[in-house]
Formats: sequence, structure tokens, C-alpha cells
Amino acid sequence: MITSADATIASSHHEKPAEHLDERKWWMGVLSRAATHDLYALNSFIPPKDSYRLIKKPEIGTVMVEARAGGAGRRFNFGEATVTRCVVQLMSGELGFSYALGRDKGKSEQAAVIDAVLQSGDAYVKNTIFSILKTIEKKHLAAKNLQSRKAAATKVNFFTLVRGDG
Amino acid sequence: MSVAPLVPGFSDPILGSQAIFRSMLDAMAHPGTIETIDDTICGAPREIPHAGAACLLTLVDYDTPVWLASDYISIRSWLAFHTGAPEAESIDHTRFALISGQSSSPTVIDFPKGDDRYPDLSATLIVVCTSLQGGRPIRLTGPGIESEKIISPQGLHDSFWSYVRENNSQFPLGSDIILVAGHELLALPRSITCEEIG
Amino acid sequence: MYVAVKGGEAAILATHDLIAEERRGDTSVPEVTTAQISEQMKLATARVMNEGSLYDPRLAALALKQAQGDSIEAAFLVRAYRTTLPRFGSTLPLDTSEMAIRRRISATYKDLPGGQVLGPTYDYTHRLFDFALMAEGETAPAAPIASDPLESHMPRVPDILGDEGLMEAEVPPEGDPAPFDLTRDPIQFPADRDTRLQTLSRGDEGFLLGLAYSVQRGFGGNHPFAGEIRMGEVPVRFKPEELGFEIELGDITLTECQMVNQFQGSKDKPPQFTRGYGLVFGHAERKSMSMAILDRSLKNREFGESVDYPAQDEEFVLYHSDNVEAAGFVEHLKLPHYVDFQGELELIRKIRKEFDERQNELKAEKIGDAA
Repeated sequence: MITSADATIASSHHEKPAEHLDERKWWMGVLSRAATHDLYALNSFIPPKDSYRLIKKPEIGTVMVEARAGGAGRRFNFGEATVTRCVVQLMSGELGFSYALGRDKGKSEQAAVIDAVLQSGDAYVKNTIFSILKTIEKKHLAAKNLQSRKAAATKVNFFTLVRGDG
Repeated sequence: MSVAPLVPGFSDPILGSQAIFRSMLDAMAHPGTIETIDDTICGAPREIPHAGAACLLTLVDYDTPVWLASDYISIRSWLAFHTGAPEAESIDHTRFALISGQSSSPTVIDFPKGDDRYPDLSATLIVVCTSLQGGRPIRLTGPGIESEKIISPQGLHDSFWSYVRENNSQFPLGSDIILVAGHELLALPRSITCEEIG
Repeated sequence: MYVAVKGGEAAILATHDLIAEERRGDTSVPEVTTAQISEQMKLATARVMNEGSLYDPRLAALALKQAQGDSIEAAFLVRAYRTTLPRFGSTLPLDTSEMAIRRRISATYKDLPGGQVLGPTYDYTHRLFDFALMAEGETAPAAPIASDPLESHMPRVPDILGDEGLMEAEVPPEGDPAPFDLTRDPIQFPADRDTRLQTLSRGDEGFLLGLAYSVQRGFGGNHPFAGEIRMGEVPVRFKPEELGFEIELGDITLTECQMVNQFQGSKDKPPQFTRGYGLVFGHAERKSMSMAILDRSLKNREFGESVDYPAQDEEFVLYHSDNVEAAGFVEHLKLPHYVDFQGELELIRKIRKEFDERQNELKAEKIGDAA
């Protein structure tokens, strides 16, 4: 039976950097798409406000969205989008980042703290948060799937009229 | 995974940058006047004077390439983190530079001067001194100075002022200079005339 | 020259209150919420996002509420707000082939891979008023749901033609250079394609529509086909300097149009179909189509075509397409021009006097001659 202590040692010794990065990109993507109320489930994992430092208070800014001519050609500046970002530092030193479309400062700070907490190496905490994030992701994908099925209901089924024989 | 604590930027980005901008504006409008930066307004890496850090945090951003002299290369990640400022590809492509007053190469005339249509595309130079007082007296005259202003910064190489004169002779082109030491700054816009006394 | 006019402060303050009252209207009627606007007027908010050049549906909704629905006034609000925000950087270029498609049609191929997905569109409505919408308590309409989602593989129509070698290629120039940014530098002419596309994407829909119409009516050399129009959500990726790796910021809704135009061919180049590209925020097909038609029209320099009509004149098109700029200049006429006008008045009086004197002289001569 693997205890959480064993899992911690295992994760710190056997995790390859590339996998670790892909994991981080994944959870940051889920967090940036999550609605504020989706993150309430993670409240118990967020340490009290006075136990982490706001390196960058939640800040609203923009990114310039680039696109390609014709979809695949020369880059052009298409237009800007609002983005909120936040950087926090836990007492243990981990830096947590959040960059997400929109102007939700509360969500930005929460997401940055979760990002930091997930880097702290505690396997139990990580697995529990992961399962909540996977639920959030599933919800998002189900909504996407439903939209696609509604669009599919408007897909044209061309049928050819075949001249009958008799 | 533990990370070294970061040197902070502005304690309040909006009010802090506005306060420093105001100080620099006053310094430019009244050339040679020393402005003092409050210690609590921002953090600063130990390699550079507090006033220099404050100027950089206020002026530079994602759009403005910054050129750092080799003495100050170590602050690059602090600067990128707090301002998003990109590193200048070369001296010719920079909008802001941080150099030591003791450096004769590059010096104030080696940076972009702007052009006739866009004189404002010149580089603004932050020059690190050892002190803004106690050095050889320099007389400043020109716009913003009623009759004359005497300044005496220390830690500038011997030919600094002849280079400044060469820079200012190109008015309206040329770089604008901010001298920094400790928590103090003073400005030398390209419009002024400077003369070593004695 | 503008005259400093004093004594207007009290009057101006009063206008703030009056316009707020005007905006609210009859207080016995419930106040419109920004959520209602962003949910139930998506096509209006799309227009404000495009012409304000800022993707933020709730902000666009606020702008429309504050501007009483005036979309140019709303775009102005968005542009002004944009100037107060720090720019964090540029995203990686969008990949519209990743789009979660909600609508996708082609007028050039009937049975294209992925199919004709009509999606939410007014195209097939009968343009008859639905007076039931005037009543309250509308039951939420239930759209039919298919058992399976759309295919994930929806290749771009121009790529289908490209495989045969018949389509003008869209490839990045050597080194995939960073694009020009007209929010930072003024436009210079001749303008490159990146400048033209950035300008068109924030251009006024009405202006671009009129110009596109003129192209089709013969004031331009192109006969376009709608190769593909697609609408849906695309992920946005960004690499923060301090993180050093790219992350997903979320998704934005886009409408993309690829216009396919008649042959081109010179002694060096084989005849090919040529392309026009339109890309807009939100669901805004008419704008994306107009943009694509004009994109092709403004390629005349690259194709060695002559410039005979307004829609082919890049200065004419690009300079006048920004409605916030245009409104600014047209509406600045409301500023006091008292001194200018006094000058004009004096001049007219003087010339009129000279004219009258000359007329009298001529009359006198005629009488003299007759005598």
C-alpha cells in the first residue's frame, strides 16, 4: 500500500521535468477557463490571505491577439483582449501565476494561489485538487460537446433523388 | 520546490508610478533640481540605486526595449518580471538605457538620437553616479532655469560633460539624461547648456 | 483655431445629469442589465468589440448600456478604456483550424469534408416580426440536439484548392516576422498586408459593407465566392516573459471568412484563385465578408492591377474606415469655430461689396452706352 509519504518521495524523484510542465500547463488552462463559482470547491485548499504574499496584485491589462492572414500566412495584429494576471508567493517560497481572459480579480488571485499550492509537492493535496479540476474540466467539455451537437443538428444532409425504376 | 524571494517592484503600481513620474517631470522641467525618492515606494535590486530602479519601473514597459550596461545585466529578470520590458537587440534599437557614469564606452552620445520627424524616438539614459553632490561644480543654463543652476554629481568619467555638450549640440535631436545616485535623481534634458566651472 | 469659451461649466455639469436621466428613460420600466445585453444582444456586443478593438463581451455590453445603444459611442468608450490598461504582451498567433465550430458553410463546395453546418443564423428566417417577443415571460426555446458532435476534422476550403495548386498560397514571409502595430506607430503608405488587415478588422462595418458592395457592383475588379465562413471558439495562448512557457488564457469567439476570387495570371505566374481574408471578434459575418472582399481588393499592388476605384485605393479605404476617428473629425465641427466663422463672414462681406460695386459699374456703363 502506497502511503502519501511514499507518494511524495516518488513524485519528487521520478517526475520528469517535461511531464511536470505539461501538467502545469494543463491545470493553468483549466483554472483560466473556470468560472468563479467553479473554484469555490477549492476554497479549503487556499491558505489564509496573510500567509501568502501578493507579488503582483490582481491586475487588469490587455494582450494583443495575433492572427495569421488566410489562417496560416503572415502574422497580423488582430485586436486586444482583456486579461487579468496575478502573481503570489507562498511562505514556503513557491511562486503561483494566473493569467486569464477577462476582468475577474478574485478568480485571478485564487487561481494564482492554487497554482502555487500545486507546486508545493504534497501528493495528497495535489491529487485532491486534480480531481476537482478534472470535474471542472469535464463540465467545460460537456458544455462544448452539447454546443457541437446543437450545431450538428443544423448540419445539412444532402440526399440525391434517385430516379426510380418503376 | 523553493524559490529565492523576489525583489518587489512598486508597492502600489498606480500611485507609485504616478508619484515617480511626477518627480521626473519636475526634474525635467527644472533641470538640475534634485528630486528625492521615498524608500517605501518600490523595491530595488542592490546592484542599482533606488532612484534608478524607480525610474525604470515607471518608464519602461512591454513596448520599450531597454539596454543594460554589463554592470547591471543581473537586474534583467527583475526588470522583465515587473515591467515586461524586452532587452534591446542592440544599442541602436533601445529606448531606455542604464549605464554607469564612469563608463566612457558606451557613453551618452552612442545612443539613438531620434530623427527630424520623430525626435522623441531618441533613447532616454539613466546614468548611475556615486552621489549627486560633492563633486566638481557644473553650471547649467537654459530652458527651465531662471539664470543658472549649479550641480555637482560624483562618479562621472572625465569626458562626460564634453560628451553631454556634444549630445546637446544636436538639439532637437539627442538623448535626455537622468542622473541617479541613492534615492536622488536629477535631469539633464537635451535642451540645456552645461559648463564645467573652475 | 479653437476659442476658449468660458461660462459653460454649470451648463456642462447639468448635461451629465440630463443624459443620465435620458439614458434611464421611464423609471417604471425595469432597468436593462449588462448581463441581458451580453446574453441577448450578442451581435451588437460583437460589433462594439470589433470597432473598439477589444475583446470583452461584458465590457462591450456596459458600453452599449451607457451609450444607449449607439455603437460608435460605445466603441469610443471601449477605446478610451483600453488606453488605461497596461499591455502584457502579444499572444501566439491564433490557429482557427482548432475552432470549436458552431457554424461553417461554403458557397464553393457543396459536400465539403465536415459538411455544411448552418448553425445559429438569421439567413433562413423570413424576416417577419415575431410579435410574441413583445410579450413578457418568453419560454426559453429548445434547439434540437444531435446524438453526435460535429467531426473534429474541418479543413479550410482554400486548403482543399491549395492541394491542387490552384490557390494563391498564404505563407508567412521569411523569418515569420512580428507584425506592424498601428496602436503604436502611425500608418505609412504603401501599407503592407499586416497593416491592412489590422485596420480592416477594426473598421466600421457600414463603411466596409458599402465598399464591398461597390466592388461587387463593378467598382473594382473582383468577383468573389464565399469559400468558407466559420464561427466558433478558438483558444488563446500566451507566453509570459517571467514564466518562460506558453499557457492558455481561455477561448474567444471568432468569425472567419475566406473569399475566393477569380483567376489571376501573369507571364511568370500561373493562373490561380486568389484570396481575401476576414477575421472578426464574436459572430459578425457581414463584417468578416466585407473585410475579406476588401482584403483582396487592396492586394492590387501585389498583383499588378490598376487602381481605378475607391475600394482599390488603400489610402481611401484605410484612412476612412475607423469610425471613432471619423466621428471625431465630423463631430469636432460642434466645437466653437466662432473666430474662423467671423473671418469668413468678414471676407464674404468684403467680396460681396466688391461684387455689388462691380455690378453697379456695369449697369452704369450700359446706361452710358445706351445714351
